[in-house]
Amino acid sequence: MTEKIGREIQNHGKKIECRNVVETSARDIWILGEQSDGRILPITYELMTRGRTLADKREAKLTVVMLGNALKDADLNELIERGADRVLAVESEGLAHFLPEPYTECLTRLIDERRPEILLAGATSTGRTLMPCIAIKANTGLTADCTLLDIETTTGNLLQTRPAIGGNILATIKTPRHRPQMATVRPRSTPQAPRYVNRTGEIIRLPAPPDLPSGRIKHVGFEASSEDQGLADADVVVCVGRGIKRAEHISLARKLADTLGAALGATRDVVDRGWLDYPHQVGLSGKTIAPRLYIGLGISGTIQHIAGMQTAGTIIAVNRDPDAQIFRVADIGIVGDLFEVVPVLIDIFKKGKAAS
Amino acid sequence: MKPLRIIVPIKQVPETGAVKMDEATGVMIRDGVEAIINPLDLYAIEAALRLRERHGGCVTTLTMGPPKAITALREAIAMGVDDAVLISDKFFAGADTWATSNVLASAIRKLGDYDLIICGERATDGDTGQVGPGIAAWLNLPVACYVGKVELIEESRSNSEMPRDSINRQKGSTDVNEVNRTCRVRRLVEDGAEILDVCLPGLITVVKEVADPRLPTLRGKQRAKSATIPVWGAADLGLSRENTGLEGSPTRVVTITRPKVSRICEKLIAGDPASVHTAAMHIFKHISADIGGLRHD
Repeated sequence: MTEKIGREIQNHGKKIECRNVVETSARDIWILGEQSDGRILPITYELMTRGRTLADKREAKLTVVMLGNALKDADLNELIERGADRVLAVESEGLAHFLPEPYTECLTRLIDERRPEILLAGATSTGRTLMPCIAIKANTGLTADCTLLDIETTTGNLLQTRPAIGGNILATIKTPRHRPQMATVRPRSTPQAPRYVNRTGEIIRLPAPPDLPSGRIKHVGFEASSEDQGLADADVVVCVGRGIKRAEHISLARKLADTLGAALGATRDVVDRGWLDYPHQVGLSGKTIAPRLYIGLGISGTIQHIAGMQTAGTIIAVNRDPDAQIFRVADIGIVGDLFEVVPVLIDIFKKGKAAS
Repeated sequence: MKPLRIIVPIKQVPETGAVKMDEATGVMIRDGVEAIINPLDLYAIEAALRLRERHGGCVTTLTMGPPKAITALREAIAMGVDDAVLISDKFFAGADTWATSNVLASAIRKLGDYDLIICGERATDGDTGQVGPGIAAWLNLPVACYVGKVELIEESRSNSEMPRDSINRQKGSTDVNEVNRTCRVRRLVEDGAEILDVCLPGLITVVKEVADPRLPTLRGKQRAKSATIPVWGAADLGLSRENTGLEGSPTRVVTITRPKVSRICEKLIAGDPASVHTAAMHIFKHISADIGGLRHD
């Protein structure tokens, strides 16, 4: 492994000091699971789909790393059933909630001791805070928000593909000289790993190092979102634009969202007018979403908004303007008045629900 | 009491989505496109200015970029920032987030004493959100990302039950450590918001919710025009070529492709009640499997 990397560097014709070349033959691919109050979050199973594919291609082992407190045997076993060869569970009270300092320290030490080839985490509020800190401490590269991952079987180089510049381009990025190769993966960009009840693997429970730093950040409280489902995680999203015209009309969109079990999103225009608050904003200065189904109401389709939703599965748009930009990225476009279309839609779906 | 000092690292980005990439190196070509302060950095500047208005002190901004990035710093001064430094060197070109955060952290170390670093959540061009927490890691600071609200709590470290005259006597010996500063932040996460107390010095990255950015004032613009902005290069920061720019970057862009996003949009005109109903039924048929399937998940 070391030799191969050494050759590659010479091929570039430059002498480069390799600060962090792996010296292990262990082919180990890690994914970082996430938990909330001990419950394993779906992003973990999505990452396992990614990790399993890479591990099979590279003939490597897939390890799931869980940080938390009092994790349940059944939950850890489910990770094995969903495709992990090994589960590393590191536990202490200080790791119960995500806090950057103890999490960074703990993972940096694990990486140091066990030297995985790859470490993947979700591009979530946790992953996108934690991974940049670990990348610096572990002295390696990190690629943000990947939507596609592949691996070169001989070198183990991870091919990390991500949308950039508002989704206008796709860039494929390598980390040729540093290990582990680190990437965050866009949530909902892959299905969850299926469960095979008889699958076996190794579960290793480790106590957290006793001297983990804490103290500089204190968890004071938590305010749960008023929405049942977070926008970023929603399967179905109903999004409103300026065409909704007034704050009072938001209730119509909300009614459709409730009927479909959807989360409610908005364009920057709507948020700037104070009709919905910032956590609802979709687009370049808000959230990037990839629901299975997106319904846009009265949305013109600015570049900024489209950057935040164009990877949705099915895109439906309702707009009075037949030339609205949103129709360029839509599968179905209804050229009409949303105030006429939406009530009929709600009605049809309610009847459909009742019938099923 | 030692005055509050806030540092706001910013980035100059291209105005529109019309950006070109060098196909050979995968590096962005920034020439010929109008450049602005990263819109998400404006929230960081505003948050810093509001803290200064309430608690006193000063706000310093810095950016790493080509010589023309000085215009971004002047814009920040026009908004009310006190002073600025341009971090510029040909060695810095093509830096990834590892190398960029290394350079910015080195510059902040050189600036010295500070209480709080406020960054925008991410830049609208690179779109990684990695430089802010990266700087925190280099400087070994506590970090909170996605902050929607920030308050500064200042507590005198001397015991408040101490007799007044003894406090007065202490004032003479201006001990730099006589105040404990903490930020109480509201950090937006997927299912709500965490309330965190971050001991300073520390770093936060802020989102739009934190404050509406102000416009530059006429007086600010005049001050910006005449402001002296030092330029620091690799040598000033004690950095070598190996640790900066493209060469110091662990990641390499290997290919750039244009995604095929064009979908074939099936357009239905819904101009009267009958066609509205037809259109709505069409949507229902198209997606009811999706919705039904979701219910069984």
